[in-house]
Order: sequence, then C-alpha cells, then structure tokens
Amino acid sequence: MGRDANTLLRKFHEAKWDEQIVFEMSVPGERGILVREPEAKVIKEVGSGVAAIPLKLRRKEAPKLPEINQMRVLRHFMHLSQETLGTDVNIDISEGTCTMKYSPKVQEHLAARHPGIKDIHPLQPSETIPGLLEIIYKLEQFLKEISGMDRFSFQPSGGAQAVYTAASMMRAYHASRGDEQRRETLTTMFSHPCDAAGPATAGYKVITIMPDEEGYADLEAFKAALSKRTAGIFITNPEDTGIYNPKIDEFVKAAHAVGALCYYDQANANGMLGIARAREAGFDMCHFNLHKTFSIPHGSMGGSVGALGCREALAKFLPVPQAKFDGEKYYLDYDCAESIGKVRSFMGNVPSLVKAYSWIMQHGAEGLREAAVCSVLNNNYMLKKLSEIPGVVVPYAHGKRRLEQVRYSWEKLKQDTGVGTDDVRRRMADFGLQHYWTSHHPWVVPEPFTLEPCESYSKDDIDEFVAVLRRISKEAYDNPEFVKNAPYNSVVHKVINPNINEPERIAVTWRQYLRKKGAQKTIAQGT
Amino acid sequence: MSNDKMVFPYIPNSVPQVKAQMLREVGASNEMDLYVEIPERLRFKRKLNLPEPIFDEYSLKCHVESLLEKNKNCKDYLNFLGAGCAEHFVPAVCDEINGRGEFLTAYGGESYADHGKWQAFFEYCSLMGELLDMDVLSCPLYDGAQAAASSIRMASRINGRKEVVIPRAMNPEISFVVKNYLKPDIIIKEAAFDKRSGLLDLEDLSTKVSSKTAAVLIENPSYLGALENQAAEAGEVARDKGAEFIVYADPISLGVVAPPAQYGATIACGDFHPLGMHMYAGGGQGGFIATGDDMKYISQFKDLMYGIAETSERGEYGFGEVLFDRTSYGSREKGNEFTGTNTGIWAITVAVYLSLMGPKGIEQTGRTIMQMSQYAAKQLSRIRGVKLRFQSPFFKEFLIDFGKTGKTVAKINKALLKHKIIGGKDLSNEFPDLGESALYCVTETKTMNDVQKLVSALKEVV
Repeated sequence: MGRDANTLLRKFHEAKWDEQIVFEMSVPGERGILVREPEAKVIKEVGSGVAAIPLKLRRKEAPKLPEINQMRVLRHFMHLSQETLGTDVNIDISEGTCTMKYSPKVQEHLAARHPGIKDIHPLQPSETIPGLLEIIYKLEQFLKEISGMDRFSFQPSGGAQAVYTAASMMRAYHASRGDEQRRETLTTMFSHPCDAAGPATAGYKVITIMPDEEGYADLEAFKAALSKRTAGIFITNPEDTGIYNPKIDEFVKAAHAVGALCYYDQANANGMLGIARAREAGFDMCHFNLHKTFSIPHGSMGGSVGALGCREALAKFLPVPQAKFDGEKYYLDYDCAESIGKVRSFMGNVPSLVKAYSWIMQHGAEGLREAAVCSVLNNNYMLKKLSEIPGVVVPYAHGKRRLEQVRYSWEKLKQDTGVGTDDVRRRMADFGLQHYWTSHHPWVVPEPFTLEPCESYSKDDIDEFVAVLRRISKEAYDNPEFVKNAPYNSVVHKVINPNINEPERIAVTWRQYLRKKGAQKTIAQGT
Repeated sequence: MSNDKMVFPYIPNSVPQVKAQMLREVGASNEMDLYVEIPERLRFKRKLNLPEPIFDEYSLKCHVESLLEKNKNCKDYLNFLGAGCAEHFVPAVCDEINGRGEFLTAYGGESYADHGKWQAFFEYCSLMGELLDMDVLSCPLYDGAQAAASSIRMASRINGRKEVVIPRAMNPEISFVVKNYLKPDIIIKEAAFDKRSGLLDLEDLSTKVSSKTAAVLIENPSYLGALENQAAEAGEVARDKGAEFIVYADPISLGVVAPPAQYGATIACGDFHPLGMHMYAGGGQGGFIATGDDMKYISQFKDLMYGIAETSERGEYGFGEVLFDRTSYGSREKGNEFTGTNTGIWAITVAVYLSLMGPKGIEQTGRTIMQMSQYAAKQLSRIRGVKLRFQSPFFKEFLIDFGKTGKTVAKINKALLKHKIIGGKDLSNEFPDLGESALYCVTETKTMNDVQKLVSALKEVV
C-alpha cells in the first residue's frame, strides 16, 4: 500500500486512545515517583522541617492530585503526544503566518541536554558563562546584519511581547523629549492583532487602517490618520496576505514627517532573508520571531523569543541586561539609566538563542537567502496549483507575485455548496494534515485560509497538500453534509458547540467540570 | 563535485533541477523574478556579512559544544543561587515528554488534530488548580513576572481602580517587569518590610491601602525568603477596602505551605519553573494566574482558555475555546492586554510533574526542602562572623549576613568560585541597608555533604 501514486492521498487515521482525563486514572496509594529524603543526621538536627512553618500557613489537607504509577503517567502523556499533530509528523504548510519550518534535531539536542546550558543559573557571574554570552552577543551581530538595525534585545519571549516592548520604548523615547501629546499608534488590519494589542496595553489609542480594493494598506487613509498625536506605527510587510507593499518606504517617510517612530513586525520575514531589510525601508525598530524565521520549535505555543532590534538612538531604552563585548571578554550590562527596565525575568529564553545561533551558523548568508528564495518559490508554486481547485478564490493583488504566504478564500465554495472554511479545516485532519489557519479576527477576507509552504517542504509535500484540498473541494460539491460533519479519522469527533461563553458551561479545570457536567451536557446538546 | 550548487538538507527544493522545474512552472525566468514586487530601491544589494557557515552537522555540533563547554555549570559547581530560578529535581519523564517531537513542534493547531495538546493544557490547569485550591487558570504566561503584572491589571479592570500596593522588598526580576507593565496609568505604592524580621510591615501596608487601591500584592515566601505569617491579615486589609488580594506564591512550597486561596487571596500567581524544568539559564520560566470560578475574574484573563466540550460522539471528551473574544486574538486592541506565544511546552511539563508527584510526592518535596534549608542555615550560622539576617521562618531561601566577617559578599563569592561553589545572590546593591548580605537557596537537590562542602569552604574564605 502506501500513499496512492496517482491521487497522492493516503489512508490515514490519527492515534486515538480514548484517553481518560488524568484524574480518572488515580489509584489511591500508587506513587509516580519517590522524592529524596534528607540524611538521618539532618532529620535528627532539624526534625520534620514542616514544624518551622507557622501553624496558620501550614497546608492542612493534601492537594487532590491524582495518584498514578510512573509507567501509566508516561503512557498517558505519550498517548496525548501521539494525539497531537506537530510539525515533526505532518506537512505543516497549514499554519500560515507561523512559518512551520523544520526545527533541526541537532540544535534541540544541544540546547536541551548540554549541561553548559541546561544546568546554568541565570544569575551566575558573567565570568562563569562566557560561552553563552558569546552566543548571545554573536547572534545579536547576525540579526543586526540581517535587519540593518544597530542593536538587539532577546528579552521579549514571543513576538507579541516584542511589540509590547517596542511600544514601551516609544513611550520612553517621546517622554525623554518632553513630547507628551503622542497618545496614538497606527497599524493595518492585515498586521497581526498584537500590533494593535501591544501598543494598547502600553496605553496607546490604536487606529487601524483598512486595506484598499487590491488588499494594500491605504496610503491616503494612513496619511490622513497621522498627526502630532501619533507616537508610532506598527506594521507588517508583507502583510498576512503575502502581498508586499511596494510603497512601504512612503508610509515610513510620512510617519517620520510627523515625528512618529516606525516599527516593523517581521513575523513574515522568512521570504526576505538577504533580499530586503528593515533598514533600507527606513524603519526604526523591528522584531523577528525566532520560532518562525530562525527555526526554533514552536513548543505547543512557546517558549520563544521575539528578538527586538532598534537603531542606535533608541538603544538606551532597551530592556536590561544586555550582553556586551569589550574586546576581551563578554559581560552583562545592567547599567542603562534610561532603560524601560525589564519585560521578562533574567536574560529571556536563552536555550532558544543557542538554537537560532546554530541555525544561522549552519546556513550562512548563502543558506539564508536560499531559505528565502525557496519559501517564495514554494508559495508561488502552490498558489498556481491551488488556483485550479474549484471553489478557491485568491483575493486581491491580481497578477502580482506573493511572497511567502497567501490568504485564500473558500467564498465561492461556500456559495456553491454551503461548505465553509471551518468545515474544510476540520476535514483536513482526516488526511493527516494539521488544520489550516483561517485568519485573525475580524475576518476581512470571507471564508479565509492562510497557507505558508516554507522552504522545509519539498515539491512532493506541496503536491500532496494540494491533492488533499482538491479532494475536499470535490467532496464538498458531491456531498456537502459529509464535509460539514468532519472529522472522521481524527482523535475526536466534531465538537457541537465549540465556543464556550456561558458561565454554567465553562469548565477549564477538572474540579469545575465535575461540578458542572450535568448542566454542560444539556447546553452543549442544545436541549 | 566541488563546483556543484550547494544542496541544503533542510531546504529540499534547493536541488537545482527541482528548483528550475518549479521556476518554470510559475513562469519565473530566475529567482529574482519572484521578487518583482520589491522595488529596486528597497532591495538589499550585497551579500549578508555573516561568518563562514559550518554546513555539516558534526562540525556544527562540535562548534556549539565548544562554546557551551566554556560555561561553568551547576553539575560541576555547587550552586546556591535562587532568587526566582532555583535548582530542583527534574524527573526523567518530564524531559521525555517535553522532548516528544509531537508536542515540541506543535503550535496553534485546533482541538481535533491537536486534541492531545489541548487535553494536556486542560490537565495542566486542572492539576495546578488542585495545588492552588482554585478553580480557574488560563494557558500559561511568559514567566512569573508577567503573571504578577497581569494579575494587577486584571484587578484594576475588575474594580476600576488605579493604585496597587506591592512589597518594597519585591524580587527585582519581577518588580522591574511590573513597574514597566503598569505604565502609564497605574500608580505603584510600596509597602516597607520590617528590618528585624524581614516580614512585611503590616502597619506601613495599612497606611498605603485606600479606596483607590485596586490590589495588594504580596510574595509568599517573600523575596528575602521569609514565610509571611501575616499574609491573612494583609489580605484583610486589602479586602476591607474593596481591593483584590494577590499572592505571588512558590508552587513547589504548596505541598506543605497553605495555598493562597486558603488565606484569603482572590488571585494567585507565580512562576511554575520549579515544577519540572531545568534552569536553562532562565529559559525554563513560565507564569500562572489562578482565581475562583466567578465571571468577574474569568472574563479578565488575557490568555487562551480551553474548556471541556461535548462532541457528536456520546461520552467523548472534546475541547473548545472559552470566551475567545476576551483575548487580543479575538478583539485586537479591545481584548484584555495582549496574548501570544507563551510557554506551552513547559505547561505540559508541569502537568507531567504534578501527575508523577501526586499528593505524597509534592508534600515530601516540600518537607525535604524545609529540612535541608533549615539544616543549611543552621550550619552556616555556626561559622564565626556569619549569621542569619532574620529569625523568621523561611522556605528554601534565607539571608546570610556576612557583615561581621569584614569581607564583602562580592569578595566571598569570588573566593567560593575557586572552591567550585557558586555562592548566594549578593544583595548589597539592592538593599544597602541590609549590609553585606547574600540570599542563599537550598532545595531538595542539596545533600548534607553539599552543605558541609559549603561550610568548609566558607570557613576558609571568611
């Protein structure tokens, strides 16, 4: 057997263990692990130790954790891992905007296992961690070259946190100039929601520019929204549609003309490594998601790094500490009077820096450019193949090349068959593919789906992925109800009412569920 | 051979023939045809100036190892640093599970294909809920500092107030984050600590709390190590004025120390690093926030929440998104703060850790820590010129005053390094009024011999 050579489809069923919730496995008295007890001499000297805790602060009743033997705990979480379709086990073109590239095992083994990172305390004196500081410092030099920025901080531990940090730095920058009137930031609708939410958390009023008919951020609307109140702009390019805005430098110039700073959310940088940089477009700050562009694993939503770059004039506002090199030794510099302080404890997510450093060292300038070119080539190849599938619409920018991703639409499929993007998305799991990403909210593109076939995927991978969508489209035209009730070969069946908003139905912990399960069933079944 | 174009193992379509075929398929005559939308003026004209790459995996591994080996690690050295990241026992099963490729490389997949991930998160919340004796947690946050900062913002949204009282002696790794995060609209007041006991100065705290106070946040144990035996009273002060009472707790203490909910906390938060992660130079941190089952609180969480939901198959567990529109994914700038990629892989690890520990393991861990830390403090304070700064009960950290030795902590720590010992955190800069004091951390990973080794070295050094 094996994958069908003609259709490129495979017979698939995901692991389905019908796994209980961990509390249901408890057998009173079982132990998962034994914990070290102190030496007899120690106990003789200090007794139970617990007696030292003031009576009113002592725990009176043991926490109601389950009691499970070790093998069963292992088996349970092994089963849960098998019921998860990570990038290691599928053609993860699905999660557009997320750049699900291969996270090389060699770097994982180094960063997760080597005692020179695993067993390092973050407050160790600089002279005891010269190797780590060298990696951090050199990674900064690499990203400076790749972006054209002058300095980087690796403290933000995700892209959204980098955006928030940048907004904090903008606030400090304007305050340092006595300019207190700037209470607004601008972003575009096809930029990530964090480009709105990060600045809002830092206290800014956010103005969002909508796309024009061709999907480009509207330059005239943008100019009209700029004023002396604008602290900064937060913008992605290419946006989540994969459309590159060729007038990006005009946006930047217009913002600078009113005294605003310009932040480049480079979540979508993968197609541009060595091709175009933040600096040439005029930006003051930018960030890279190391879990997207620089190959560190996405870790079931983290940990990650939002590597934050800026120009020299803004460097004094970066979080502390900063890894520096004085020509002889590497050290951590905490002495930055105008720094915004910190956004994350210690030095951030250091193992991820080891991984990103390894990836860049393994590719060099030539390899980075090759990754960019192949990601754009893959995307345009897939765009061509998908455009031929009945029901698929490719909105905006007709006749233009996309960079590393495309936001497609099943609008026509929906009109023709009643099958919408959420239905197709569920059905994908029946073919061994991750559910694709639709779009952030609000959906501007109707029935959206966003795909990103980055450089890790072969032509054959793309062909299989396209074959699956072609099959589902055909199924929708032949038997729409079948697609609407998917999945069938995944871990569980269709959730009847997946948006849980009613207080009596909310059960995010087992103890809540036990209290509410009667009510929950009634509401879920709509009775 | 040597003139062949480089083929990269992680870039399959770098095979020249394949690439050429695909370029033809998309109607591009060369690679730069793909980039026609980027105007000439915005293109990067030269080659990136990066070091010569190390293409082969073996040499790359040797290169990175050579850098990592320059570091002095806490397996070869005896480490007594804590202050927000302590050395704890990591069961092998934790590493086994967080190294599973399915979890490690998953991301935002939905609840069918990624059902196992959603269930693991549900179990993380459920197990933490039992440890904390609280009903509601969200997906994890970046670290404890972010959890503290967000807890305060939650409180401010709940009661519409714009002041918060935090301890003056707060861990700076947390307070630096909090101080930035509450700008520009929330005013911070600091409650002093008692110089003799190291505990919160309840009287000073009371004078700072008013009807404008959104929340009182305390650390328990405090940054200086002490178990806050007036925590309940601090909570009463807060609640009397209609403020939320937030307790930043060390989760590994909760097998023996009462969870915040049992002494009046309305919001509990902290860093779950102790529950199954290695230190990773600070890379193993992760934040949690927990509350009671009340929409007043639930609607204010900023991160995703996964709830059990029924599927079309009777009795099958499925999952769904809870109040998605709370988040910035759902409502952009109108959501609660911002959400994003946090620390999912560590939350799954916490679930494994607590499942292994069970009630007896977590209790024994707490007891061993109490015993070893008390023992170490006793032994150290017998050294001439070395004394415990405070007499208050403590959990895993305690302050050692080296004032009488006539030596600075900096000098002592430098000398300890020669004995392959990493001494406690030097607090002489953060708290000049505490003199030459160092914060020592002793957990279940330290043996009697380790303590004796430290004692012998200190006797030589001071």
